[in-house]
Amino acid sequence: MATGSNIPLPDERGIVGRLIGTAADWVADVGAVVIGWVTAVGDVSLFVLRTLRWLFTRMPRKETLLPSFYQVGVRSLPVVALTGTFIGMTLAVQSYSQFRAIGLATRLGAVINMTLFRELGPVLAATMLAGRVGSAIAAELGTMRVTEQIDALSTMGANPVHYLVVPRFLACLLLIPALTVMADFMGVVGGALYSTSILNIDSFHYWNNSQHLVGLFDLYSGVFKSLFFGAAIALISCHRGFHCDPGAEGVGRAATASFVYSFVTILVLNLFLDIGLDAFYRMVWPDAAPLV
Amino acid sequence: MPAESQQPLVEIRSLSVTFGRQGVLRNINLKIPAGQTLAIIGESGCGKTVLLKSIVGLVRPTSGSVLFDGHDLSVLGDKELTSLRIRFGFVFQGAALFDSMTVAQNVAFPLHQHTQRPEREIRRIVIERLGEVGLPQSVVSKKPAELSGGMRKRVGLARALALDPELMLYDEPTTGLDPVMSDVINQLMVNTRTRHPVTSIVVTHDMRTAHKVADRVVMLEPLSRLEAGDSQILYDGPPERIESSRDQRVIDFVRGEAGTRLTEMAAAREARD
Repeated sequence: MATGSNIPLPDERGIVGRLIGTAADWVADVGAVVIGWVTAVGDVSLFVLRTLRWLFTRMPRKETLLPSFYQVGVRSLPVVALTGTFIGMTLAVQSYSQFRAIGLATRLGAVINMTLFRELGPVLAATMLAGRVGSAIAAELGTMRVTEQIDALSTMGANPVHYLVVPRFLACLLLIPALTVMADFMGVVGGALYSTSILNIDSFHYWNNSQHLVGLFDLYSGVFKSLFFGAAIALISCHRGFHCDPGAEGVGRAATASFVYSFVTILVLNLFLDIGLDAFYRMVWPDAAPLV
Repeated sequence: MPAESQQPLVEIRSLSVTFGRQGVLRNINLKIPAGQTLAIIGESGCGKTVLLKSIVGLVRPTSGSVLFDGHDLSVLGDKELTSLRIRFGFVFQGAALFDSMTVAQNVAFPLHQHTQRPEREIRRIVIERLGEVGLPQSVVSKKPAELSGGMRKRVGLARALALDPELMLYDEPTTGLDPVMSDVINQLMVNTRTRHPVTSIVVTHDMRTAHKVADRVVMLEPLSRLEAGDSQILYDGPPERIESSRDQRVIDFVRGEAGTRLTEMAAAREARD
């Protein structure tokens, strides 16, 4: 054929031709990845916008809200409390030898409590929520997608985003502050118990230093950050569930992806929120006392 | 005859649906008048379910349009589409009952969503619809997981009928059921049409269903087996005349014969080797 004879076979191309071919393949691969990312970001953005639109258009019914609140709040409380306690104790164990070496063992309370309020409390509560609730949301909605229950909602004139996503979003957003406070409280209790009972740090100085160096801003900043974590967990988990691939493998992947994406998002958000909150703190209280 | 009654309830105009690079439907044109029961048949992968989902707006057309009672579904927003869907009843292949709800809550779901009726009235309708599909009152408090496949299909049918829809859509209603239960479901579809003035579209590959319930049969062929420019609709006519079709592909499907398929598979295997 005339057209076929004009195209050189791969081994007939010169080195320049092969290099151009490799470069073209590389550009095509990068392009495919970029297109995939842009599509995914656009898809998630539209999902968030649809959720926010339904959130402000019509509140979900009590019958759909209460089970979500129960799952997210009540059922998560014990595990958050337990992990909070152990994290508080672990902080005491890890910090004690360092602070004792520089003669500041009585400042342990301030270090533990500030770390808990600002960082570990909110991040820990969010991680537990992503693992316990986020994965369950993705698996539940994924199964509903695979078994056509989400399509059934649509055909019966119920918007799936309004019916399934908004209650879960509200539950995660409104209850993660309570879970964070619980993680903070149990961490403080665990850290104090270990420090004063096992490490024999003087109780008066432990609490006195803590009271002077840890303020309400530390507690509020952690609770404030947790709102962003809760919203991210709900949206990522629901999005993964809604876009679940067919079959049991698809549901499993949705649950795993929901946790991984939520966890990474929590850490990235945490960094940027810390930078913003730190700048705000320095602006409002430029002469604040340092920790040590 | 007045002009209004000549307008079909569902009209599909030059409908094409493509997922990524894979074409599923190509240039489908159909008019379904009110009151008709249409069976869409064809082998697996021919696009029957995609066509059915396009009719309720679950799948957006790549090109072309679907009109329900004169409304083009592809241009409607979420809210308009939602209010129009109240006029549809959809029976899913696996029933698609909500796992977390009881049978009664499943059947009452559309009533709670779209009506302000008192609870007692809703319960009466639920019992009535379950009775229509031959289910006793004792099933109302059961969860879908406690029901057999046939019972789940019947609950799905009762739920689809809850709001007295104008258009019933059935996706493979007898798939996975034993022959007796298949006949029960077929008879329930006939009874539904007798009791309610409803237009029905039934996607099936069970010829007994097509013969028993349909006034008209449309057979689709997978795009992968067609040349460019071929029509995807191999047959469009009454069920009693389908066996006299001159198209061998239609005859093979109706009789359940492999036809040339085995030789094609052997040739493909040889070409691979």
